[in-house]
Amino acid sequence: MVKLMIDNKAITAKEGESILAAAKSAGIAIPTLCHLEGLNEIGACRVCVVEVKGLDRLVAACNTPVEDGLTILTNSPRVRQARKVNVNLLLSRHDCQCLTCARSGNCALQNLANNLGIVERVYKNETIPADWDASFPLIRDMGKCVQCMRCIQVCDNIQDLHVWDLVNFGSHIDVDVSGNKKIHETDCSLCGQCITHCPVGALTARDDTEKVLDALANPDVITLVQVAPAVRAAWAEALGASREDATPGKMAAALRRIGFDYVFDTDFAADLTIMEEGSEFLERVLHAKEKPRYPMFTSCCPGWVRFIKSQYPDMVDCLSSAKSPQQMFGAVAKSYFAETKNIDPKKLFVVSIMPCVAKKHEAALPTMNSAGAGQDVDIVLTTREFSRLLRSENINIASLKEEVFDDPLGEASGAGIIFGATGGVMEAALRTVYCIITGKKPPSDDAFKGVRGSMHGWKSAAFDVAGTTVKVAVASGLGNTRKLMEAIRAGTAHYDFVEIMACPGGCSGGGGQPIAMGEELAETRGNNLFRLDATAALRYSHENPSVQAVYDKYLEKPLSHKAHHLLHSDHHDWSMPHR
Amino acid sequence: MARLNLFKESAAQAAIDDVMSDIERRLYVSPFGNCHVNLVASILKMCHAQSCGKCVPCRIGLSQLANIIEDILKGKAVSNTLDLLEKTALSIYESADCAIGYEAANTVIKGLRNFRGDYENHVANGKCSPDEGGSVPCVNRCPAHVDIPGYIALVESGRYEDAIRLIRKDNPFPTACGLICEHPCETRCRRNILDIGLNIRGIKRFAADNCRGSVPVPASAPQTGKKVAVIGGGPAGLSAAYFLQLMGHAVTVYEKRKYLGGMLRYGIPSYRLPREELQRDIDAILSTGVAIHPDTDIAGKDSLDGLRKQYDAMFIAVGAHTEKRLGIAGETLRGAMSAVQMLRAIGDGQLPDFKGKRVIVIGGGNVAMDVARSSVRLGAANVSVAYRRRQNDMTALPEEIEGAIAEGCEILALQAPVAIEGDRDDNVTALLTQPQIIGPIEDGRPKPLNADKPQQRIPCDLVILAVGQDIEADSFVPFGVKAKRNIFQTRSDVSIEGMPGVFAGGDCATGPATVIRAIEAGKVAAANIDHYLGFDHKISVDVAIPEPGLTNKKYWGRVNMREKEPSERKDNFNIMEFGMSREEAIQESGRCLRCDRFGYGSFRGGRNAQW
Repeated sequence: MVKLMIDNKAITAKEGESILAAAKSAGIAIPTLCHLEGLNEIGACRVCVVEVKGLDRLVAACNTPVEDGLTILTNSPRVRQARKVNVNLLLSRHDCQCLTCARSGNCALQNLANNLGIVERVYKNETIPADWDASFPLIRDMGKCVQCMRCIQVCDNIQDLHVWDLVNFGSHIDVDVSGNKKIHETDCSLCGQCITHCPVGALTARDDTEKVLDALANPDVITLVQVAPAVRAAWAEALGASREDATPGKMAAALRRIGFDYVFDTDFAADLTIMEEGSEFLERVLHAKEKPRYPMFTSCCPGWVRFIKSQYPDMVDCLSSAKSPQQMFGAVAKSYFAETKNIDPKKLFVVSIMPCVAKKHEAALPTMNSAGAGQDVDIVLTTREFSRLLRSENINIASLKEEVFDDPLGEASGAGIIFGATGGVMEAALRTVYCIITGKKPPSDDAFKGVRGSMHGWKSAAFDVAGTTVKVAVASGLGNTRKLMEAIRAGTAHYDFVEIMACPGGCSGGGGQPIAMGEELAETRGNNLFRLDATAALRYSHENPSVQAVYDKYLEKPLSHKAHHLLHSDHHDWSMPHR
Repeated sequence: MARLNLFKESAAQAAIDDVMSDIERRLYVSPFGNCHVNLVASILKMCHAQSCGKCVPCRIGLSQLANIIEDILKGKAVSNTLDLLEKTALSIYESADCAIGYEAANTVIKGLRNFRGDYENHVANGKCSPDEGGSVPCVNRCPAHVDIPGYIALVESGRYEDAIRLIRKDNPFPTACGLICEHPCETRCRRNILDIGLNIRGIKRFAADNCRGSVPVPASAPQTGKKVAVIGGGPAGLSAAYFLQLMGHAVTVYEKRKYLGGMLRYGIPSYRLPREELQRDIDAILSTGVAIHPDTDIAGKDSLDGLRKQYDAMFIAVGAHTEKRLGIAGETLRGAMSAVQMLRAIGDGQLPDFKGKRVIVIGGGNVAMDVARSSVRLGAANVSVAYRRRQNDMTALPEEIEGAIAEGCEILALQAPVAIEGDRDDNVTALLTQPQIIGPIEDGRPKPLNADKPQQRIPCDLVILAVGQDIEADSFVPFGVKAKRNIFQTRSDVSIEGMPGVFAGGDCATGPATVIRAIEAGKVAAANIDHYLGFDHKISVDVAIPEPGLTNKKYWGRVNMREKEPSERKDNFNIMEFGMSREEAIQESGRCLRCDRFGYGSFRGGRNAQW
């Protein structure tokens, strides 16, 4: 332990701890911008500078360790001036069009400038004009980048994809796509983690809300909306509602207020996915004559699909051929649902609300039109776009009453809900696979909860199912995924079934989720989903009556010819890099 | 793929390194009179190009500093622009993460402190401060403003006598300066932009060495009837005497010592400046009709007052001939002496016998080297030079230090003298020193500090202190001359406040400096005394300067001076430097870029034909 003075307060701090952390523990807040704990402690923005008595120059609090006997001032006149100058310098290279910025109100630079009382840009505007393909799901605005390097660090160290890098040197340095490539020429997984870790509006997802509003306004169009599992755990964060208040029932009510004709749930399609993927697993692995060399991998995460296609193209055949729940939903909506309701499927406009950026790419893939009525999913909105839509519609969550999702694509089991968290797909699959094999329920509904919560490296488990040992693994985050893949290829790890989610913590930490600056909420949101599962009336996908009805009335059985046509896809139909 | 690879410099890196070293030399020869503010703006751009871009203060701040200065240069500054510049620079200095950023900002801060007037002038008037520079860098850098391109062109054409006449227009010591001038003219030579500055002194020496006989001085102007007394027959006094005599005044030089020449004779050993060479210059000066009173000490109020009454004007140029002491124990022992004492005796032709003696010289300047090398020539068994700082901190010219080492002198660096030890008979037996450690840089020089090491005892027979010279101010203060730390206080026209008609210059008014600065003082004194006496005589010379020929300027090496081998030079006081050959002199002269004729020189004139 070391003793020091911060702002005239005697403080005891841990050896090796940063001044920033020591001050925080003592209740003294030091403003930061580029700092990201454990990931980006590089002192680039020089906003956290503090005065250490006896030193000629200021030091960065984020990466200067405490020393015994230091006397530190976090807000002296010298500090205040340097901090203000540095923020003003940042503003000179920042397109300060806050009124039209997606991050307005949730922008670290805006907060800083406001908090420091900066009412004027004193330096010459040196903003670099944006130069970007606006049709790509991931949008970067050079004019807003503050070069905090967070995107580089996240992509290098968490996702291990190295899409971002510093380009040029000296006076012309910038953060841009690495390797002199255009973004669509890279191996970008579209996980969107760079977006959720960007302190400003330099990285965003393409905004498609106008297209949705147009469809809602068109009397000839029937609008369907599906909401992904993880969205319900985060949809109201940016609107100031508590987690307790922001129930799925209120979310359904809000969607109806916006004007969707049918409010459905992707959780239904998640149950459907379990039916297809679980059956495929039984067929391909457990009942196979020869055990395959590599495990079967889940395919519900489009970020992961982009990753395996670019990084391990030789292993693409190990992916389940099952489409993601989003795409299963779209295909079923424009076929089964249209037929049931006797609607021309071409009139249907399917919107999905996803915690994800890659889903925007997935929905637009040329193969995702199995129902024969255009793209099965017309538009994908992120949770953030959904929040903005709610704000623009002046929807007050507190005044909403609980409502239920529409039938028949609105009914779901708890197994479908937990698709939104790491381990959830595996757990849901194991529940149903166990029942199919043994003909009975597992000893407990939570028998497979051991696969939940894989944040570091990967989690593995082995379960005895009617005398057969099923070995499974779960990983979230692409850096962790790469480690797991390398182990599998090297033969040091053997599994039957592997679940991968590209974003750390799974979809609840997805790149399309609301941005909570300085907080990683994947776990909190995931726990929310597991709570909803625990209290759900149904816990098993195969018990979902609506799912049973689809098979009875339309698809016959899992992996049927029709099911294959609508619910499966050939991963070789397109290749990475892909626009 | 290999895990590690050997570093290999790319051709591109080598090329840019080459450009950098070109720029380094180019920056060094930045002409006088350039706009400082403009230079800082350009330097900032360069610094910004070095930024890695990680941190805000450096990545953005340096560019914004340049923008603000650019506004100032374009006359777009407003009242608080300088405040913004200062505040921004300070914040960058305080908060940048590494030296690339904070030292770049420091460049601006230093400028704001040291030439704020330039900035203010730009802000207030939208213009730069009035130009204080000249168009020809070597002429500008030479304190006497000798027409260097002119005489180089004359040497190239084989007109050596004309070269001497041209030099004498500004400097009556062409021979002495050809041998021992510190040549500040060479430091900013524009040739550095191409390869390396010219060997100007060597070319001058070549001209002096190759004149046919003595070059007659010009005819004096008609007698004015005015009488001027010059006290001190060194380079300052004799220069003033020469020019005043040419202007038609009657000059009398009073010299305390036996011979004229001042420090040229009593400070500089003859192996660098042979007495007969010095005499050539003195003879030419005296040929103008200067009257001399050697061996005459004019000091004290009465004799000065008397002299002032006899003469219409007076120029005091008594130099800095008293020794400085260290104030350590043993300085009065037999065998402890000052450099001034020793060199003075040699100047008067009394060579001391150092045969078999162990000599320690204390000091690190050119005088210390002169004393050490003279000691070698006087037969010392061994000679060491003890210095408080490191060898590269010595103020002596590097070639002087190398020359001393080549002749067998040892450099005892980082040794501070503590005491001189003597025996019962008061004969020196050793020097005690305290080893030093090099310390913080103050006023541009690293300060030595006592190292954590025991004192050393270095046995020796003689200790010679070469730790600086002082001025005999006490003799002149009662007369009315004001002195600060013994340095006579004069105006920039070398007049003395409250003493009309009395002028002072040279070492006595600057502290120990160079010969060429003493000559400058003499020249300035002559002009202003002439003016004081009510005249406006012009000094000029009727020598036509050859036009440069049309040649390609190729990158070309510099002809350096060569010296006799140590074995041939260390046992005698004969001149040790070889002059250039004719081939070398013509080649070296051909390297001159003729700044008198090209660039700004062709616009505003590269030459002052008279003064």
